[in-house]
Amino acid sequence: MPSRDKIFARIRHNLGRGPLDEAAAGALKARIEGHAPHTIPTRTDISRDKQIDLFQEKAEALAATVARVPSLAEVPEAVRDYLAAHNLPTRIKMSPDTALDGLPFDKTPMLEVSRGAASPEDEVSLTPAFTGIAETGTLCMASGPETPSTLNFLPENHVVVIRKSQITGTLEDSWAQLRAKFGAGNLPRTVNFISGPSRTGDIEQTLIMGAHGPRRLHILIVDDEK
Amino acid sequence: MSTPEKKNMKVALFVTCLVDLNRPSVGFAAVKLLEAAGCTIMVPDVQTCCGQIAYNSGDKESAKAIASQVIRAFEGFDYVVAPSGSCAGMIRHHYKELFDGDDTMMVAVEELSARTYELTSFLHDVCGYAPRDVSLETSLTYHDSCSSLREMKVRDQPRALLGGIKGLELREAEDREACCGFGGTFCMKYSEISEKMVDTKIDNLIASGAKTLAAGDLGCLMNIAGRLKRRGADMKVLHVAEILAGMGDKPGLGEGGN
Amino acid sequence: MQVTSRHFKKGAHEALHDENIQSAFSRVKSGFPLARARAAGELPEFEGLRDEARDLKNHILQNLDYYLEYFEDQVLLQGGRVHWCSSYTEARDVVLAICKEANAKTVTKGKSMITEEMALNDHLEKNGIEPIETDLGEYIIQLAHEYPSHIIAPALHKTKEQVTELFHENHGKYGLTERITDPQALVNEARQVLRDKYVAADVGITGANFLIAETGSTVIVTNEGNGDLTQSLPKTHIAVSSIEKVVPTLEDASLFLRLLARSATGQEMSVYTTFSTGPRRMEDIDGPANFHVVLVDSGRSDLLGTDKQDLLRCLKCGACMNHCPVYQAVGGHTYGWVYPGPIGAALNPHMIGLEEARDLPNASTFCGRCEEVCPVRIPLPKIMRHWREQAFETQVTPKPERWGIGIWAFFAKRPTLYRLMTRISARSLKGMAGKKGVIRKLPLLTGWSSVRDFPAPEGRTFMEQWKKQSQEGK
Repeated sequence: MPSRDKIFARIRHNLGRGPLDEAAAGALKARIEGHAPHTIPTRTDISRDKQIDLFQEKAEALAATVARVPSLAEVPEAVRDYLAAHNLPTRIKMSPDTALDGLPFDKTPMLEVSRGAASPEDEVSLTPAFTGIAETGTLCMASGPETPSTLNFLPENHVVVIRKSQITGTLEDSWAQLRAKFGAGNLPRTVNFISGPSRTGDIEQTLIMGAHGPRRLHILIVDDEK
Repeated sequence: MSTPEKKNMKVALFVTCLVDLNRPSVGFAAVKLLEAAGCTIMVPDVQTCCGQIAYNSGDKESAKAIASQVIRAFEGFDYVVAPSGSCAGMIRHHYKELFDGDDTMMVAVEELSARTYELTSFLHDVCGYAPRDVSLETSLTYHDSCSSLREMKVRDQPRALLGGIKGLELREAEDREACCGFGGTFCMKYSEISEKMVDTKIDNLIASGAKTLAAGDLGCLMNIAGRLKRRGADMKVLHVAEILAGMGDKPGLGEGGN
Repeated sequence: MQVTSRHFKKGAHEALHDENIQSAFSRVKSGFPLARARAAGELPEFEGLRDEARDLKNHILQNLDYYLEYFEDQVLLQGGRVHWCSSYTEARDVVLAICKEANAKTVTKGKSMITEEMALNDHLEKNGIEPIETDLGEYIIQLAHEYPSHIIAPALHKTKEQVTELFHENHGKYGLTERITDPQALVNEARQVLRDKYVAADVGITGANFLIAETGSTVIVTNEGNGDLTQSLPKTHIAVSSIEKVVPTLEDASLFLRLLARSATGQEMSVYTTFSTGPRRMEDIDGPANFHVVLVDSGRSDLLGTDKQDLLRCLKCGACMNHCPVYQAVGGHTYGWVYPGPIGAALNPHMIGLEEARDLPNASTFCGRCEEVCPVRIPLPKIMRHWREQAFETQVTPKPERWGIGIWAFFAKRPTLYRLMTRISARSLKGMAGKKGVIRKLPLLTGWSSVRDFPAPEGRTFMEQWKKQSQEGK
């Protein structure tokens, strides 16, 4: 008997039944398609402004840094300032995302910007986020032709651009937006939830930053809700 | 205030095998406290042990036989009270598992379970008792026995009662909810591991700076007192009932002179 | 791996006398539990979520076949492949076959307990493929040819001096010859070495914290980001998972995610939580071209419908061991197989046999701390007790212990005889103690006396005194 059959036979035998009947299976299918949430923490039941503040506060508590930028047009300068302040290289690999197309990098000629997936020599990446989750200060990144997920991991320094309107309360809000964009039951190849920069406690339980993923995570919140 | 809410409650004392054999004064302290709280005390004659040793050793049949004996012996009382969270926990929670599937026994088991209490929680929660005119000039740290704490939800009650003792200063030890390493036969079967656990416990108790240790379970107290003596450490060990009943001046466990 | 659970007592003895192990595992006590308590305290819904998580896991287990089939359908729909493996042997061979199909010379690996169970690395090595563990802790113990001593902190037992030596011995071939001691520098060096491995690897193998039926996704949770590099750079991604990890929906996964990191390390979320669905899409410019899910049963389905089914709820967070005084005393390797601590004590007898693992469920005081912190409320002490019952019934419990309990129970069942025996014991023990109040050496009970004095009885039992008082009309 093939292993698949063996496993299913054992499961059903030990549960004391055969395959589920149509009614029972239908109920489970409806359960999946209904994807009802469980209890959601109430900490994000607050005003929009407070949600943005909570997102920032939580992200900073995770050792990310956050800057508020009045508009997309000011992102290049904010990136430049961040890199300068930390004495970081000025070569940037940016997602080929149309959302970042209009960034006026002509204002920051010292930044050398190329676009594409990450390669091992890239030291700084600039990517958009899909959503932000105020509950825990988490970024949600959805992969795609314009948003290669290697940019989230290979470079040592990761700068993320997120618009204020993309920041929502909870994890469940991100599922709703992913379903809206990709269709129910579908996800892009990779969905990364990122909560701060990489770290490890594997040597004597001492917390060390920058284990394999980015050492630094910098989040630019662009105000589009004025 | 020490006026019980209900008068003349008929309370059966579950003495526990360790108190019976090793430290009867804990039993008498319990009787004194319960009487002061307005209860009428009975001590059923056919009791030996709650059966936990057999139960935890995997000998379910013996445990059931002993439990049946307890169930019969403690029929008809308003409450059953034990000066031990461990034995009370056995009767309240584990008899149900022992007789799982036995519908005839289960009625009696559930009924007994509902009226079985650990001593300090019974005094505090059911009787509304508080000690009066009891004093003991000492600093004391309280060890939470695992069964009292986690099975019987006893944590604040003994502290509240001890708070009514004049002259007593309560000092909490670090990691006070950690196990002392007794665990019934565990302390003998895995004596080296138990030694490590009781030493960690004792280091924390001593670091609290308290002169006296109290707890609500004689098993833990014998384990800790025995190790304290072996280490030559100076800390007086008493059951919480003894302190509450005004017997705090008697020699502690392992001190002789009884 | 070599199973050594049979030698638990010997292992415990050695661990208790090993300074490195003692200092490493006593650190557990001050780190994880405090962080967990803080995280739980900051989420008012935490206890309620634990109840929901327990109930949801039970629901999943009752319908495991349905959700697994649904998951399989979705993986196929997304262009992935699913391999069903009844045993470890089969699972090892399946993974090897995929690696061979990919012409793999080196594979990178994210942290995975199921591949530890399968002893996958040995199998790949024997067949000429170099597996490289990328989680820092796993990497360290791979260099040391050891296995994890903690399920989320596998190299917990290693001192930084030992890591220094391991790196010095193994990194020379990469031109890294300096002996470094600073933890930050050690992490940097491992980062540098592993970076090239990620890029060079032909296959990336990860485990899975969850499988999502709704979308056919596999989910990994890490803090280092190693799992993401492992699964996104090579051409082929293999996710190996045991079958009970399936959850119906993304919302269901959210419930577990709110509990997992809080229970494990006290974080609200681990740094990286990644959902992988199928291979890279047509227009994608990165990601693996092939996606395989290897589903392993090996003993799981046999737990269904038994008194130990609750074990299948386990999220592998490690909270039970973080809070276990026995684990803190003896360390992880003493347990002798993949899972240490309370979850190992309850699970290993099923996986490696009760005779081999007899000590594990016995070496517990039933203090109950593990159950108190388990995010899915697995009644670990109860399951350990059931193993003790099974050992007693099947005569696995050693004879002297059975006799001891038998003799004691004989008296306990006969109150009159019992009274007589306790009266004699109380008197003679008091006599032995004399004025000292303690007995240094207790006959027969050497386990007690080797560690402690025995506080002497007062001399007369409670029951005889009470009877006398009653007769005298008190």
